[in-house]
Amino acid sequence: MKTFDLAIIGGGAAGLAAALSSFDEKLNIILIERDVQLGGILNQCIHNGFGLHQFKEELTGPEYADRFIQSLKEKKISVMLESTVLDIQKKEDFQLIISSPLHGYEHIHSRAVILASGCYERTRGSVLIPGTRPKGIMPAGSAQRYLNMEGYLVGQRVFILGSGDIGLIMARRMTLEGAQVLGVAEIMPYSNGLTRNIVQCLHDFDIPLYLSHTVTQIKGKDVLESITIQQVDQHFEPIIGTEKTFDVDTLLLSIGLIPDVALFDGLSMIKSPITKSACVDQHYMTNIDGLFVCGNALHVHDLVDWVSDEGRKAGEQAKKYLLTPMNVEKDDHAIVTNDNVRYVVPHHLDMNHLNEPITLSFRVTKKMTSAYLQVIQDGTIIAQKKSAYLAPAEMESIVIKPDQFQSKSPIHLHVEELL
Amino acid sequence: MKELICIVCPVGCHIHVDEQHHISGNKCPRGYQYAFVELTNPKRMLTTTVKTVFHNVPRLSVKSKEPVPKAQLFDIMSELNHLLITKHVKIGDIIVSNILGTGVDMVATKSTFSEHQKGEAHEIYPID
Repeated sequence: MKTFDLAIIGGGAAGLAAALSSFDEKLNIILIERDVQLGGILNQCIHNGFGLHQFKEELTGPEYADRFIQSLKEKKISVMLESTVLDIQKKEDFQLIISSPLHGYEHIHSRAVILASGCYERTRGSVLIPGTRPKGIMPAGSAQRYLNMEGYLVGQRVFILGSGDIGLIMARRMTLEGAQVLGVAEIMPYSNGLTRNIVQCLHDFDIPLYLSHTVTQIKGKDVLESITIQQVDQHFEPIIGTEKTFDVDTLLLSIGLIPDVALFDGLSMIKSPITKSACVDQHYMTNIDGLFVCGNALHVHDLVDWVSDEGRKAGEQAKKYLLTPMNVEKDDHAIVTNDNVRYVVPHHLDMNHLNEPITLSFRVTKKMTSAYLQVIQDGTIIAQKKSAYLAPAEMESIVIKPDQFQSKSPIHLHVEELL
Repeated sequence: MKELICIVCPVGCHIHVDEQHHISGNKCPRGYQYAFVELTNPKRMLTTTVKTVFHNVPRLSVKSKEPVPKAQLFDIMSELNHLLITKHVKIGDIIVSNILGTGVDMVATKSTFSEHQKGEAHEIYPID
């Protein structure tokens, strides 16, 4: 039975950064990846635009991953490839049950665990589209993997439901590879994708974007034959008479991502109903002592740069946890938010350990063109930042320095719109 | 009259260009520059894949080292479709130099061999 100080689950953007920052000569660290190579979802994101914040240049996904993989090779961090963690149990330490082609079924023990398992795509079942169940309907990220890594173009006449970035990127990618993309439907009156992607993936190729529209009918016995879209009213109810039918063989879904935290099932984890993942403190630690979560497994990010950042911080905290055990009791208090804030990570702060700067990452509930971001404690603003543009699709953050705290009272995060 | 959405920053100004090529609607000079380039010589980065003979990497991801003229994107795609990579390449290696006379090289954004091989300096667990 192998025993480690730290097991990092997932060798994508978050796990790679966590492995690098947790590295210490005194620690025995293992990075566990289920694919045959490190890099995670970055390997299929062959488009560029990654790394503007981390490296001050625009890289493609594989290039971005390579920077981290090269750094990892310089350090003596063990990597297990083609290894899927099936279960985590916590007794004295953590026990991980792992399956791999090379070693079959095995157990390893670890004093601490960082979960960096990323997220998964919502499927047809989560949006309940009426009609038959033919083949040709799949999440956009799956089609991306088929095309960019395996070399299979999944269809010739394509419609895309959801205007998230993956859907937009795939609209361009499939067009360049010779498929005809007939349109993108978005149920909201605005797109959640980056403007840059709306322009360079849709406008550049004259692909129509149908806002306030959704797919209301799917036809086809074995293979997809057609889809029908309809405009929706403000209650998202389809409007009769607005039907448009498209003969397509492929419907790609870009309708959202959910943190992949199936490994929490055997643990008594406290979860957030909004992020659908663990509630963590400023050290990215969950309510289970020694279990950290970061990256898209914690909350879905819009830039990989922020994923790496979070992975790095979680790695640093795990290292500190292992090398300098806390001798002061924790004093957790949830961060209270006003209505303009959808969620904030960390969910709570341990007020007995405020000796480092804390980054609050959050999303707002609506688009705002001018607002104050305020951290309030004991009725006093202790940190404040003005923002010229806020939208639900863009993650915001504010940093609180240790000397800005007035006391150990709970803090409030308010976003005040300037009208 | 032409309308553009500026993509330089997240604000996304709607920029109007009239028949006299007068640019308006931009809230900053960068928007003016964006509109000017878009109307005179728009260029785009091209990222795609090429076929390989390698089982572990059946498709090699590549990119144009610099942006290429937008009007030539599909021509470059069909040129790349004829390629088959038979020798191992490293990240950054030139796959096609001066593609279609654009003066821009297509380079690999990935290496064809696995980065984690047994016997390399990097330790793989479990080596046993």
